[in-house]
Parts: sequence; structure tokens; C-alpha cells
Amino acid sequence: MTEPKESCVKPAKGVVDPEITAPPILATPPQQEARKMLARVGKPAPDFEATAYLNGGFANVKLSDYKGQWVVLCFYPGDFTFV
Amino acid sequence: MSTDSRFVHKIWQEEELSKMVPGGVPFPMLSDGGGKIGEAYGVYDEESGVDIRGRFIIDPDGVIQAMEVLTPPVGRNVAELIRQVQAFQHVRATGEATPSGWQPGKVTLQPGPALVGKVWQVWKPEMAFDGEKVLA
Repeated sequence: MTEPKESCVKPAKGVVDPEITAPPILATPPQQEARKMLARVGKPAPDFEATAYLNGGFANVKLSDYKGQWVVLCFYPGDFTFV
Repeated sequence: MSTDSRFVHKIWQEEELSKMVPGGVPFPMLSDGGGKIGEAYGVYDEESGVDIRGRFIIDPDGVIQAMEVLTPPVGRNVAELIRQVQAFQHVRATGEATPSGWQPGKVTLQPGPALVGKVWQVWKPEMAFDGEKVLA
């Protein structure tokens, strides 16, 4: 986890996968590759790096920072939604 | 993790979550702007542009052991999440298997030739319901 340099626009860095982020050898657009769903039970969780709010500050968090620990990863539709 | 920015996460924590949980939620509130991470996990909905409710249990080796995906109007069951984490931790530590409805301290199974056709002797259907009496 590193403290990110603040700027207004800072997209999530997204999936960390050398096969996907490597420069494309073929003429295939890289976005098309990144659209593949990678998550399966019994298979390695797709690594990612994302910006986060944590303990009163902002941080960059990588899933692989948590190797050696159990992790519960929860997605939800949006802050301030109701359920 | 949601498609909200970390700035929105900060205000949600300060204005609402800290009023439900003393001190606010203690874990990282992750931002998936653009939904690329949600896409990799199969939970990004292109039509609405948000990540739908998906929950993944990842073991210390980084392997996904469980996943649950719900449409937005139905919330999760946290007690069931904790039960699954306890079950996966027990399986990892012992090599045993946990039958349907297992809770810590309840009977486990030892998969192997001796158990084939004999599960009925050690596990009863009512145990799937956490010991609640279901057969009136």
C-alpha cells in the first residue's frame, strides 16, 4: 500500500495480469482481452490495484498485498444506496 | 469495492457509515472507477455502469474459495459469510470436509472409501438447518 499522489482524476489501475497488460503482439485491441471474466472458484483471484479510502486517508491497495491472509472481497452497486 | 471514487467513499464513511459502525468501517473502501476490476470478477454491469453485489472469499494463497453474486435489491447474510470463512479455515487446517449446514464444533466428514454410502449414518438432513427442528 502506498500513498497515492492526489489528483482529481485517478482511475483504478485495474487488473494486474502480465498477460493482459503486456503490449499486444497481435492486432487485437487490449481492451478486448481485459473483458474476459477471470474469476473462478478454485482458481487464483485476479490481482488488482485500486485507489482506496482507508483509516482517514487515501491509499493504493493491491490484492496481492494480502497474501497470507484470508480476504473477503465485496462489490456493491454504490455508496449511499439502500440495501 | 464500488465504482465510486475514494472521495465519495470518504464522505459516505464520515456522513453515514460512522453513524452505523463506531469509528467507521475498518477495511479499505476500494474504488473501481470504470469497472475493470468488476469485469474481471464477472460482476460489472455495463448497462448501469456499476458493480453488482458480488462477494468472494480468497484464501491465504490468493485462491478464490467461494463466490456469491446477487442482484442489487437483496442484501447479503453476514452470518453465512462468517460461517463459510470458518468452514474454509477448518478444511484448510484439517483436510476434513464440512457437510451442509456445518457450524464450528459440529460433525465433519472424512472423505474416503469407508464413507461411501455411509453418510446417512453420520449426517442427518435436519443438520442442514443448523440444528433447528424442521420436521414438525
